[in-house]
Amino acid sequence: MTDRALAVVRAGALTTVQDLGRPGHAHLGVPRSGALDAPAAALVNRLVGNPPEAAVLETTLTGCAVRPRSAVTVAVGGAPCAVTVDGRPAAWGAPVRVPAGALLDVGAARAGLRSYVAVSGGVAVEPVLGSRSTDLLSGLGPAPLTDGAVLPLGAPGEPHARVDAAPQPAPPSELVLRVTFGPRDDWFTPEALRAFTSRPYRVSAASNRIGLRTEGPALARALTGELPSEGMVLGAVQVPPDGRPVVFLADHPTTGGYPVIAVVRPTDLAPAAQAVPGTPVRFVAVRRR
Amino acid sequence: MRVLPVGATALLVEVASGEEAQALHAELLRRRAEGSLAVREIVPAARTVLLDGLTDPGRLAAELAAADVPPAPPRPGAVVDIPVRYDGPDLADVAAHWGVSAQEVARIHAGTEFRVAFCGFAPGFGYLTGLPPRYDVPRRATPRTAVPAGAVALAGPYTGVYPRSSPGGWQLIGSTEAVLWDHARVPAALLAPGTRVRFVPAGTGAGARAGAVAT
Repeated sequence: MTDRALAVVRAGALTTVQDLGRPGHAHLGVPRSGALDAPAAALVNRLVGNPPEAAVLETTLTGCAVRPRSAVTVAVGGAPCAVTVDGRPAAWGAPVRVPAGALLDVGAARAGLRSYVAVSGGVAVEPVLGSRSTDLLSGLGPAPLTDGAVLPLGAPGEPHARVDAAPQPAPPSELVLRVTFGPRDDWFTPEALRAFTSRPYRVSAASNRIGLRTEGPALARALTGELPSEGMVLGAVQVPPDGRPVVFLADHPTTGGYPVIAVVRPTDLAPAAQAVPGTPVRFVAVRRR
Repeated sequence: MRVLPVGATALLVEVASGEEAQALHAELLRRRAEGSLAVREIVPAARTVLLDGLTDPGRLAAELAAADVPPAPPRPGAVVDIPVRYDGPDLADVAAHWGVSAQEVARIHAGTEFRVAFCGFAPGFGYLTGLPPRYDVPRRATPRTAVPAGAVALAGPYTGVYPRSSPGGWQLIGSTEAVLWDHARVPAALLAPGTRVRFVPAGTGAGARAGAVAT
């Protein structure tokens, strides 16, 4: 058996394998998936010398612990957290050498929600449609990590980056989501459109990789009929019958039958991935570029 | 044809009917194949086609809005035969909706040529059209928590086959052993938008007991 592998000692609340996802298959009902905080995943890959498409681990709130069978370089980014190697404090947001058999512990998020763990060589589970991402909507890709699971690693490529620390944005204390209206803003009353971009919302605890759910004023519809299913994009703000906007994240369904009032700018989705339940949300209308 | 901008890099093209959407989808695929349309995703749906991953959606929107000539209907491709036993638990309910016998439901369904209008809900799940509007059926009032893989089902104007076990509210009229989705297979999806489909009554066993007739 190869020693290029990681044994999962503590899987945490929800830890998945993620890469750039599998765009290009939406017409078959396949969600794009991929790391929710894409810039954080890209940064930790860069720190360990991996190419951008290498698969990393995405933790949720409680971190995870793994034991590599051979010496590896790792980097932890995204949500800030304690990092230890065999109990000794190690750097967050910088390359860290982990000896063979040592325990890398990625602690609970001190702020934000999702930490990213890159390992030199990348997590090398079998790709599905060109991606190693776990897709929680449709079940494609590897299952979420479980205690005792073993993940194969790829061969390391470039030497790791020579940096002590890389700057990363802090998780948002207020989530500002810039939106352009449409395609179905005409399904809502003028009051609802005003409320959407002027009243405060909060991140709901029911949020997940499929969508960031919100709590706040219900948006009333001007049209009450049923919208035939139509294609959905990343960042679409869909309004289900309860009137509370849902922002579609990476594992979103490819088609949907609830009207999309607006679409969030893609660059604002990384902070959305780090917004803990209860975080205030403000939707700000901007002009289409 | 109405062209609606979706965020900064996508367009939703809305047309008057499902047939027009299928024709538009075929036309957009043709343009992509010939190299005149650069786009990451072309996602047909009930009355729309979504174009995602465009570099200059404004220009394409103007071009599409100006091209008011309806695209030609798609050229027929090969037909995928799906063996089916008409043994679903909702067969009697569907027969009651249609005002015919259960045997007649099977005969009508198997005598229809379907086309995959679009996919969604789950990888490999196609929304198949072809039945006349008088055979539309409502979804079940209470969705099932688990519909088995291979269930052949109806809802609204559509027929679908569940690629794997999942919750679902469609009316189950039959079952198939066809593998709708296998990511180790190329292509992974048995059905893609535009695919023509026929349901072929198969075997005896459960199907015969439920009264399915082979034609």
